[in-house]
Amino acid sequence: MATELGPTPVKPASGTPDVHHGPKGVGEDNRILSQGKWASWLLAPTVIALGVVIVYPIISAIVMSFQKDAGLDPVTGLFTAGGPAGIQNYVNWLGQQCAAPGGGTVACPPGTLGGQFWTATGTTFLFTVITVAFETVLGFWMAMIMARTFKGRGLVRAAVLVPWAIPTAVTAQLWLFMFDFNGIINKLFNASILWTGSEWPAKWAVIIADTWKTTPFMALLILAGLQMIPAEVYEASKVDGASAWQRFRLITLPLVKPALMVAILFRTLDALRMFDLPYILTGGANNTTTLSILVINQIRQGFNSAAALSTITFLIIFLVAFIFVRFLGANVVEQSGATGKGKK
Amino acid sequence: MTTTAASTGLRAEQDKGRKTAQNREKWASVRTYISAAVILVWCLAPAYWMVVTAFREVGFTYDTTPWPTHVTLDNFITAFDTSFGNRFGQALLNSIIIGVTVTVISLIIGVFAAYALARLNFRFKYLVLGFILGASMFPGVALITPLFQLFTNIGWMGTYQALIIPNISFVLPLTVYTLTSFFREMPWELEESARVDGCTQGQAFRKVIMPLAAPAIFTTAILAFISSWNEFLIASQLSNEATKPVTVAIASFAGAQPNQIPYTAIMAAGTIVTIPLVILVLVFQRKIVAGLTAGAVK
Repeated sequence: MATELGPTPVKPASGTPDVHHGPKGVGEDNRILSQGKWASWLLAPTVIALGVVIVYPIISAIVMSFQKDAGLDPVTGLFTAGGPAGIQNYVNWLGQQCAAPGGGTVACPPGTLGGQFWTATGTTFLFTVITVAFETVLGFWMAMIMARTFKGRGLVRAAVLVPWAIPTAVTAQLWLFMFDFNGIINKLFNASILWTGSEWPAKWAVIIADTWKTTPFMALLILAGLQMIPAEVYEASKVDGASAWQRFRLITLPLVKPALMVAILFRTLDALRMFDLPYILTGGANNTTTLSILVINQIRQGFNSAAALSTITFLIIFLVAFIFVRFLGANVVEQSGATGKGKK
Repeated sequence: MTTTAASTGLRAEQDKGRKTAQNREKWASVRTYISAAVILVWCLAPAYWMVVTAFREVGFTYDTTPWPTHVTLDNFITAFDTSFGNRFGQALLNSIIIGVTVTVISLIIGVFAAYALARLNFRFKYLVLGFILGASMFPGVALITPLFQLFTNIGWMGTYQALIIPNISFVLPLTVYTLTSFFREMPWELEESARVDGCTQGQAFRKVIMPLAAPAIFTTAILAFISSWNEFLIASQLSNEATKPVTVAIASFAGAQPNQIPYTAIMAAGTIVTIPLVILVLVFQRKIVAGLTAGAVK
């Protein structure tokens, strides 16, 4: 490298990171090179471990999803062999088709797992949109309160951690108890609703419980973003006569936006894979089956079509994450990010 | 004459202005306290109800008196009772075994990666960071199907390793990025100063870096343990009666009558699994909030 002397410094094809801009000494290049070697040794265990526990199952699931499920045909009672299925599993899920007696497929009868794909997708997105919207508004409000200075602020900040710390399984049982027909919620609002007995009350039960459980996380992320805003900015705007609403709209919102977008992204991806809460609270009854629950219910009916469904779920979540990062400017890596320099 | 009138008028106006400003401030602070009270009630009331119910006699399960009545410890005994097929004590032990193992493995592996990501400059740093962040957001259901089949084939269903290995998939990324952001803020210059002052590299590491890094590692360990402790999806599918953790045990808690949910015992069990976490979280509140938000805002 050092022998290459030209009028303009030649960028080496490989081996040198392009993380530094501007001229620099060869010594620094070597330092970075050796740091790179160091880094790969240090990162290797993590990368290998994640490869084993994530990448391998993913590839395995994709391979499985193109295989037929072996087993007894539920209709004819005859054993059907596995073998390559092409994209049949995907076609079946997306078209809600089930195997018909004597080959071919027919529309899945209502109530079967195969017939629930689109309702489960709808339910998953409904839960996601409503809970994330609630959590954002409520979390923002909580964060604004917690950012103020007042006596007992520490108490409030500690209290919001309580719902976050309670395991979701316990949260689900707790809300199931509170939503019981004879429970405290009906009593409190003098209502007699069978919360888990019909579609919309069941959906609202899941939404309310999820909002309770996860708003604190949102509030803390937004609070951390609020605390990054220098107080002088507010002082200056006050001197300039900006109203509270103007300060919120023109200062708080734009400055907190990067942190807010990351918080919304995290929560959205988390809500799209929602499982514990509806699984325990309603058992997926009354149209509260999410995609994750559908996958779990399918596993014991056939690995390969479950693998196809889990791959579809994964792709949906991936697509949403992609849209967030690409079009809505949720820059996770940069936010979580590095020292500022060395940005590619 | 006119000037004095004008000045008194002005003073009156200023007084009025000051008063309205004071009033507004007072109102703002009252509103803050009301809002804070609302947040407290919203966050704590359900948890409070769990504890109150846990200490209430079974016959008064649906009693809605807002303070503790018919106080008893029976529910805690019922929770550990194995005669209805519940194995809550075993489940507690399982959760501890799984949580501790997952936390220790993730920390040992993750601490190196975090050091590299926080301290070294190298190619593909952002790619690795992105990969690790992406991994932490990964849907558990996408892993469960192949693992279910694999573990069935090799006879691992219901074993501890079948529960520990999948948990690493989301605890390890969490560990790495929490530690990375903690490490990034540590005053590493002190290490060099110690060397200049005559410490050997080993001494500098032991006496300077370790005490600085210990709180970060400890906080990360708490976060890692909590996320493993709270895991439900994977455990609900891959565990059996002997190895199921508390989340699964609580979700399928059986009572004396098959068609009646033993709420008071469940609330007692829920209280037992929650109280240690809540105490831990409240004691290390500042550090935990820093760790939780570290990944997202910096």
